[in-house]
Amino acid sequence: MAERSFSKEVEKLRLGAGQEFQGEGILAVTKALLQSGVAYVAGYQGAPISHLMDVLTDAEDILDGLGVHFEASASEAAAAATLAASVNYPLRGAVTWKSTAGTNVASDALSNLASSGVTGGALIVIGEDYGEGSSIMQERTHAFAMKSQIWLLDPRPDLPTIVRMVEAGFALSEASHTPVMLELRIRACHVRGSFIAADNVAPTFRIKDAMEHPRRDVNRIVLPPASYIQEQQKIHERLPAARRFIAAAALNEVFADGAQDVGIILQGGMYNGLIRALQLMGLSDAFGTSRLPLYVLNVTYPLLAEEVTGFCAGKRAVLIVEEGQPDFLEQAISTILRQADLQTRVHGKDMLPMAGEYTAGVLRAGLEAFIARTLPALRPNTARPIPAAPPALAAEVHPRPPSFCTGCPERPIFTAMKLIERELGPHHVSCDIGCHLFSILPPFNIGASTMGYGLGWAGAAALNAKDSNRRTISVMGDGGFWHNGLASSVGNAVFNKSDNVLVVVDNFYAAATGGQDLLSSRATGRRGTGNPIARAVRGVGVKWVREITRTYDLTRMTAALREALTTAEKGPKVIIASSECMLNRQRRERPQRAAAAKAGRRVVRERFGVDPDTCTGDHSCIRLSGCPSLTVRPNPDALRQEPVAAVIESCVGCGLCGEVAHAAVLCPSFYRAEIVTNPNRWDRLRARIAATVIGWFGVPAHA
Amino acid sequence: MPEAPLPPAAVVAPRALTVAILAMGGEGGGVLADWLVDAAEASGFVAQSTSVPGVAQRTGATVYYLEFFPAAAAHAAGRAPVLALMPGPGDVDLVIASELMEAGRAVQRGLVSADRTVFVFSTHRVFSMTEKTAMGDGRVDAARLLTACRGAAQRAVAADMQAIAERTGSHLSAALLGAVAASGGLPIARAAFEAAIRAAGVGVTQSLAGFAAGFDAAVLAAGAPAAVAVAPPAPDDAAAIVVEGVRRLTDYQDAAYARLYQDRLAQPALTGALHAETARHLALWMSYEDTIRVADLKTRAERFARVRAEVRAAPGQVLRITEFMHPRVQEIADTLPAPIGRWLLRSGAPRRLLGRLTARGRHIETTAIGGFLLLRGIAALRRFRRGTLRYAEEQAHIEDWLARVVRHAGTDPALALEVARSARLVKGYGDTHARGWRNFVQVMAAADRLEGQEGAASRVAALCRAALADDSGAALAAELGDGGKHEPIS
Repeated sequence: MAERSFSKEVEKLRLGAGQEFQGEGILAVTKALLQSGVAYVAGYQGAPISHLMDVLTDAEDILDGLGVHFEASASEAAAAATLAASVNYPLRGAVTWKSTAGTNVASDALSNLASSGVTGGALIVIGEDYGEGSSIMQERTHAFAMKSQIWLLDPRPDLPTIVRMVEAGFALSEASHTPVMLELRIRACHVRGSFIAADNVAPTFRIKDAMEHPRRDVNRIVLPPASYIQEQQKIHERLPAARRFIAAAALNEVFADGAQDVGIILQGGMYNGLIRALQLMGLSDAFGTSRLPLYVLNVTYPLLAEEVTGFCAGKRAVLIVEEGQPDFLEQAISTILRQADLQTRVHGKDMLPMAGEYTAGVLRAGLEAFIARTLPALRPNTARPIPAAPPALAAEVHPRPPSFCTGCPERPIFTAMKLIERELGPHHVSCDIGCHLFSILPPFNIGASTMGYGLGWAGAAALNAKDSNRRTISVMGDGGFWHNGLASSVGNAVFNKSDNVLVVVDNFYAAATGGQDLLSSRATGRRGTGNPIARAVRGVGVKWVREITRTYDLTRMTAALREALTTAEKGPKVIIASSECMLNRQRRERPQRAAAAKAGRRVVRERFGVDPDTCTGDHSCIRLSGCPSLTVRPNPDALRQEPVAAVIESCVGCGLCGEVAHAAVLCPSFYRAEIVTNPNRWDRLRARIAATVIGWFGVPAHA
Repeated sequence: MPEAPLPPAAVVAPRALTVAILAMGGEGGGVLADWLVDAAEASGFVAQSTSVPGVAQRTGATVYYLEFFPAAAAHAAGRAPVLALMPGPGDVDLVIASELMEAGRAVQRGLVSADRTVFVFSTHRVFSMTEKTAMGDGRVDAARLLTACRGAAQRAVAADMQAIAERTGSHLSAALLGAVAASGGLPIARAAFEAAIRAAGVGVTQSLAGFAAGFDAAVLAAGAPAAVAVAPPAPDDAAAIVVEGVRRLTDYQDAAYARLYQDRLAQPALTGALHAETARHLALWMSYEDTIRVADLKTRAERFARVRAEVRAAPGQVLRITEFMHPRVQEIADTLPAPIGRWLLRSGAPRRLLGRLTARGRHIETTAIGGFLLLRGIAALRRFRRGTLRYAEEQAHIEDWLARVVRHAGTDPALALEVARSARLVKGYGDTHARGWRNFVQVMAAADRLEGQEGAASRVAALCRAALADDSGAALAAELGDGGKHEPIS
């Protein structure tokens, strides 16, 4: 079950023509897919498009009603390959993932799909994970569009435009027999706005029809000689067709043309931020009435030379607002202008940064530079002064990166690695993608590299010298394991006779992306879950497998690591450390506990605490944990000055604090409190006897 | 070139009201944003909200951003406003921060402007990892943060919203919403916010209570500047410290032990700050945490009451407390009569046997008779404490340290003060204590070498800081190795 339930929101997917849809950008995309007569949808979750997958999962009844097939794909590669259904059949299909991480994974299928070309509209909804809030390498999807000849939509970030572009994207795809990417930045995915809905459209040609009337066309298969023909088709047929469609449908927009003899060319996604910057300079009103001509590229690939030259003709200079690097648009526009022999001066990365997000401040500064250079007369109209530099607070404001949640079952695994490091010395640690990657940050500071999802163990493949006694440790989550890890990491290690260690962090879900189910999830439902990782690992030939079924058991966790690192047995070693993601567990159990307590049944709540009079304020316990519920507070002792450790109310009683105190021989300050609601007779009797005995000692003997 | 005729000066008004919420993942920033949107939409605004949670929802710093545009103006223009998706420096009307360091982050990011921003924030602290993992006191200067936050805004509304939320059994987000309603930062009536809470339909009663308390606190805060919660200042005048020391050591052992403390302090060389610091650290050292002391503190009646309050056990609920003890051979030897303890530590087979028996930590339930009586029994060994191995060793170490302090007091009072303060390096239990002791011995040896040199005191202070910089000893080794120059610490 996903972290967030959309059972209420999915009802919005049933809205009909003329009704107002209110909600998140990514839900609007879902609605637009249904309005476009999509026949199948697939994808792989990951911020910022996780909610799209979660919504679709919760909306299976509605999808079934429309005859829309939905798959939660095993990976982005699987999702991209799903679009093969649109190659031979007039089926509209959509897939989604986080980019560029997911696009990298999908590239094999995407290249083949783009070469084959499509019959039915194929739309790829790309969550462009770039800038603030991103969790991946900073790259652009634009490069993939260019190299594979896939059209790239970058709509203005308001819901009506996004919805229009979904519908136009399918039509463009069909008109040009080419898959289309719809790129949405993080904030556009999460923006809450509204649009006027249209009726949902059931696909006229259905999946069933395709299966019962199979078609093939050897010219659509990527193998010579067809592959050579396909390349020619891309350039001589599909690209011109796409350009004709984009121009005819007016997918790109021009505003305030002729207002000045300079102008701005921008990616659609930059529009709202740019308008705000113009407004702050007194160059636009709140409705986007700009005093500078704007050419808004809702389609950033391909460019239309005649539109570009049409906009630039008669202009002394243009500013290109293109986020990220390399400056593909600036290069392409420069070429177009040169070939048309237009003398319009091109500004862009000379006034705006080549690398990094175009935040409000960055856009304003770039715009100021452009106006100062090309239209200084407009400059005095500035409505708002550029704010002064804020006070320096570097010492007082610490970075606050994400971390393991309270009670996270992954934390004790790294505590154990820390303790083993003290005992056996440091080892090379190869990381993967997932919540467990937070281990690289304080307090654990564990991990040397991360090469991608499911590639944790492959990332240590070279470090396998026969003349070394020291082994490497790799970490991989259950998400990465099923995404790519079983073949690329585990299979690779078996085949190459690795002598190294893999720790599989099995928390029952794809936790980092929002708690979606996986092959090995314990939940039962519409998906084929309940396939243990241990069986898969043994199935590909790993002999040395240890399973830890409660990661909080530091004794067993450290023992397994110690054995894996020191055993004389050669060959790949896999430790599967399993405990349920605490976020999901609490979400499930908390209401049950509350209901039981209310019904008068006996309920035991556990939490930990620290005795402030025995805590000496060294904070070793925190350095081996980093739990948000384990913090410091002012020392109540009149003589001590350093803060004491403290457990706050959010503690869920996972037990790690006590385990650490024991395993690391820290201090006796921790206690576990069990609070029994609706105690039974035995509880009460026991408590009464104990209270009596304690009462005898109530007055300190030496008072 | 000929100046193109400009269109009429662009209309700046109407414009959107802009709101930024800075929170940490899991603090309810999204709920707060939803309430604000609902209240704004019911009050004649077109609302847009967005956020960048990503992995930041796992306890990281997160920003939610909202824009509210007068619906009437949009209607009059016949067009939808273009609303931004991220806050711009100098362009935010209302900034809400869930915590004091996050408030500082808002200021650092330039979101709070003196000519425009109403700044609503909670003054409580959620300590950062850096602050929490420090070996001593790593907390940042909260007073400076508060001053900077107040100074940056056009108007600041600050109070401990977390305490208010806890008091009302509500959530931080509800208290913050109440403060927003009272702040006047948005032209939205109180009733509209309350209606939004009701419409959301989750925990309505508690949220309304939290809202009301947050509202009242904001009204109060407008009158009197909020103070940051700080610890009651440790007494720094010597007389108060000595009184506390005597009380503590009487409690720890007996009146005679407290007299020993006073006798040790009766040195004419100890004056002023040196007297105070020596008195503080002497009292702490003389009340070292041995097994007897821990067992005593764990089994006191007031401790059970404190835990009950801390874990919020209600009257009808039964509370069980389990302790995590890990006595090893060392701790057992420490508690034995000194000659037997020394014999045990030097012995072969007995030590190994005991080592095996104590390899694992013990769970002791102090709310069960057996566990309670066991610890009470250990606490009763207090009367034999003077005969224990640990007592003999600690008293020798104390005398040694005190002699150093007194010796330096005559020649270099600044150095004496730093030597007195370096007693803070020795703390904790088990390995932590052993590491602290090793560091202390090294610093004392350095102090002896430095005696009579210019800047000896600042060198010792630097060594103490280095000893507390990490728990691997790397910083101290570096500081000791390079004769005082600051080189990168590996």
